[in-house]
Amino acid sequence: MDDLAIELKGIDKSFGAVHANKNINLAVRKGTIHGIIGENGAGKSTMMSILYGFYQADRGDIMVNGSKVIIRDPNVAIASGIGMVHQHFMLVDNFTVLENVMLGAEENAILNRGITKARAELKRLEREYALDVNADAVIEELPVGLQQRVEILKALYRSAEILILDEPTGVLTPPEADHLFRILRQLRDQGKTIILITHKLREIMAITDEVSVMRRGEIVATRETATTSVEELAELMVGRRVLLQVEKGDASPTDVKLAVTNLTVRDGRGVVMVDNVSLDVRAGEIVGIAGVAGNGQSELLEAITGIRRAESGTVLLDGEAIGATGEADPALLRKRGLAHVPEDRHHMGLVLSFEENENAILGYHDDPEYLNGPMLNLENIRNSAQESVEKYDIRPPDVRLKTANFSGGNQQKIVLAREMERDPIVLIIGQPTRGVDVGAIEFIHKRIIEMRDAGKAILLVSVELDEIRSLSDRILVMFAGRVVGERTPEATEGELGLLMAGVEEDQEAAQ
Amino acid sequence: MDYFQIALVTLEATIRLSVPLVLAALAGLFSERAGIFDIGLEGKMLAAAFAGGAAAAVYDSAFLGLLAAIAVSVCLALVHGYASITQRGNQIVSGVAINFIAIGATVILGQAWFRQGGRTPQLGGDSRFEAVTLPFVDTLADIPYLGDIYANLISGHFLLTYFAFAMVPFSWWVLYRTRFGLRLRAVGENPGAVDTAGISVTRMRYLAVICCGILCGFAGAYLSMAVAAGFVKGMTAGKGFIALAALIFAKWKPVNVMLACLLFGFLDALAILMQGRPLPLIGEVPVQFMQALPYILTVILLAGFIGKAIPPKAGGVPYVKER
Repeated sequence: MDDLAIELKGIDKSFGAVHANKNINLAVRKGTIHGIIGENGAGKSTMMSILYGFYQADRGDIMVNGSKVIIRDPNVAIASGIGMVHQHFMLVDNFTVLENVMLGAEENAILNRGITKARAELKRLEREYALDVNADAVIEELPVGLQQRVEILKALYRSAEILILDEPTGVLTPPEADHLFRILRQLRDQGKTIILITHKLREIMAITDEVSVMRRGEIVATRETATTSVEELAELMVGRRVLLQVEKGDASPTDVKLAVTNLTVRDGRGVVMVDNVSLDVRAGEIVGIAGVAGNGQSELLEAITGIRRAESGTVLLDGEAIGATGEADPALLRKRGLAHVPEDRHHMGLVLSFEENENAILGYHDDPEYLNGPMLNLENIRNSAQESVEKYDIRPPDVRLKTANFSGGNQQKIVLAREMERDPIVLIIGQPTRGVDVGAIEFIHKRIIEMRDAGKAILLVSVELDEIRSLSDRILVMFAGRVVGERTPEATEGELGLLMAGVEEDQEAAQ
Repeated sequence: MDYFQIALVTLEATIRLSVPLVLAALAGLFSERAGIFDIGLEGKMLAAAFAGGAAAAVYDSAFLGLLAAIAVSVCLALVHGYASITQRGNQIVSGVAINFIAIGATVILGQAWFRQGGRTPQLGGDSRFEAVTLPFVDTLADIPYLGDIYANLISGHFLLTYFAFAMVPFSWWVLYRTRFGLRLRAVGENPGAVDTAGISVTRMRYLAVICCGILCGFAGAYLSMAVAAGFVKGMTAGKGFIALAALIFAKWKPVNVMLACLLFGFLDALAILMQGRPLPLIGEVPVQFMQALPYILTVILLAGFIGKAIPPKAGGVPYVKER
């Protein structure tokens, strides 16, 4: 059991000025599940890409099963028994499962001869590992959980003994993630070695045997999972003590500030994305919307904030109609006290090629404070940006720096500072901590609670269930465009998970 | 002329006019299915037509002409490949550039070499492709209708014509029944999947672009060495763009491509047939209108009559490895 499946010795890799991996030493034992945890940009993916032959290390050796291998390209990795399940599935959407599994391992120039063999082999794998999937199904018609299973099958089809999974649960519902973990445990019990890359501490604790922590391109510690704790791992990841539990007092909600009634939204293709949704948000409370990405949360936010036209329904902001029936101009809504932190900061929140101070007033550039007649008052803009940089601890504190050069967490703080500092009545926040490191998460969560305590009505959408549970005063679960249930933050994860998967609907109706 | 004869003549012209479209559209099919958009079909065809006409005239050999046509077309395809695969440039800009180069270079070189106002010398005998007569034409000649159909529609075409139509099922077979085709289609949909499977995306895309060049070479050779006896400046007259339209119309599928090209060829044939003939009720239709008909139809068809044409997902996007 103590044989090493993978050993990395002194791996070093730079991309230009970025030193992504510094002198990495890693030993993964055969037949174990080894977790690699670290913040975004800590170098986890780079390390695994080197192992899979996507990049070559500048220095260092890779040993597979005790012998040195030079992994020039993925072919060598595959031949050495390494398989990878990528974060963004490497599947051809309009191919069948069988075609995807065969791609690159067809054996014969004419497909017909290989197909029969591949089909039989796939059947065998499905039986051996209980990975049921219809070989003739087209990928784009399969749910993500099954698509991921196809990725695993692809690796097993190439007789992988070592399986690398890169952030495998990002797109899965909690029940799907549990199922994946069962599969992984079973694979381990049958002698496969599994490397699991993640930034979710809970997953590490739940499934790994050993865990290595990465910080700024280095492996800072390797622990046996049984002997470590979430707190210790978090501290190792960030390099200082972090508060994982959000401290917040009880909410004292007052008047309804945002009232959504029977809102229905269709997307460009005419598909109903938000189906007759009603909700209230009161001043001084945080209402969280949980759900797997793509169940209508984005469209709901866009309709409320005036970016997308709703088909029917009303939205009242502080008692006045906005949205489908009233004003639906994001700029006007801002003026009336509806601030919006969009879900995707790169796509909607920031112009990455702008300087920090320019982004800090984006959407508020009509404010007389920033104007000198028809011209921008650059001095005022930069001064106010400087203030928020200090208040929100945005690093580096340089308002003239191009926004693209800030880290994800600091970019998010720029957006938050912009929207929170204008004393809004209602604050709509989408994915406050997506792609944000643990240290910044702590800060952002604290600010959101402070806003609540200052009497703002906050509507929060996040695909991170933990985040919803720790911040919200009330939790609404969206599935297939509808609000399928309301729960208190005390609701168990399992209960919410089932709602998110749309399972409990019938029981709800029966009650 | 009775109606049977008119129909026969029109259909014969349809086939004749469809051939370059079929070849060029299949060329585009290989390239675009691999994720390389190619609006340079027109330019490659024109350059190939010139090279074919020039080489055939100089060496007095249709075969050498064909080889020259293919070689020149493949070279231009490789330029497009280098710009869009290796240098990750904009595929539309590169395609446009190739079209302009072809329009200018053919005329300048033609004038410099042959001094006939941009034409290449008249081809004939060994230097031009001859129509082939299939066996049994005489035997079947006495059978009413069938004999005529066999003699005019089935027999009596150029070898390149039979080649073009044979390429349709062959292309289908290559795309859907071979390893090469599976990888080619995959690289146009998700190059990342191909790369992680240990196959070189660059190599696959270059191969696809070369296939495109070869077929464009045939299309060019057909124009200057089979239908016409020599190169005339601008002789492709937008056929590369019509082929591109047919490709989209056909949703990037080989058999549909053939049908779409036959439709455009038929409209062309109709335009020729209708020249100077009065239509019932309407009277005489201007020639220009009839000539514009295929293009008008293209716009109407592409504007919405064909439903949604979904191009290969990775089309037009240079492949860059993710970090």
